[in-house]
Amino acid sequence: MWVTLSLESRFESIEIAERALVDLLVGNGVGDDEQYWILTALREAIANAIRHGHREQAEESVRVDLRVNADQLSITVLDHGDGFDPSVIPDPRDAENILKPCGRGIFYMRRFMDDVAFRREPGGGTMVSMSRRLTARPIKE
Amino acid sequence: MKQQIQDVGDVRIISLSGKITIGAGDVMLRELINDSLEAGHTKILLDLGGISAIDSSGIGEMVASYTSAKNRGAQLKLVNLSKKINDILQVTQLITVFDVFDNQDEAVQGFQ
Repeated sequence: MWVTLSLESRFESIEIAERALVDLLVGNGVGDDEQYWILTALREAIANAIRHGHREQAEESVRVDLRVNADQLSITVLDHGDGFDPSVIPDPRDAENILKPCGRGIFYMRRFMDDVAFRREPGGGTMVSMSRRLTARPIKE
Repeated sequence: MKQQIQDVGDVRIISLSGKITIGAGDVMLRELINDSLEAGHTKILLDLGGISAIDSSGIGEMVASYTSAKNRGAQLKLVNLSKKINDILQVTQLITVFDVFDNQDEAVQGFQ
């Protein structure tokens, strides 16, 4: 099962992707708790694409692919922005960062999904790929 | 996001419901806290009992509000956290920053 969406770069668009993902997850028997954490990761990835990738220019489109194969969920989010170096993202839990108002989105994605990868696209833009094995379990400690 | 504001003694209680997420509730939260600080309130209690979801922008606004309050000599405390919001505060270690209470009575006492 899979869904592909092309979204305007408006924060309201995130709701559209959330509804599509909920439908996919419910259709695969995923419970409310697990849905919540996966939706949080999706929300952060799309919000980053809109805010940082496209600087909230609505006419720029964000492509979102949602796919379930057996018990494996895969999500990709593609923007057309300049990209960034994920290796220099600071840990928001460090004492010097904990009171900063931003810088937790990628931390959430990494926390709530099994694998998160960032790739610069040859033609420009950044693709975020996230995956998670679907099974009810607590979030990572 | 919806809000209800109530003053109990000198404690301003802001009860929120809905989502605190990017582009919507996050901005409203900032305005609510700033308005309370501008009005001279120094004891602000955020009741999150009706919040169904909070993203990193929402958490960021809570942190910014905490800092704004502290810089003005005011206090911001939290009450009625759902398990998911509590989990978020645990994984981000912000649970070590905020004073968190189980109910409003305890929280109001906690300001004294």
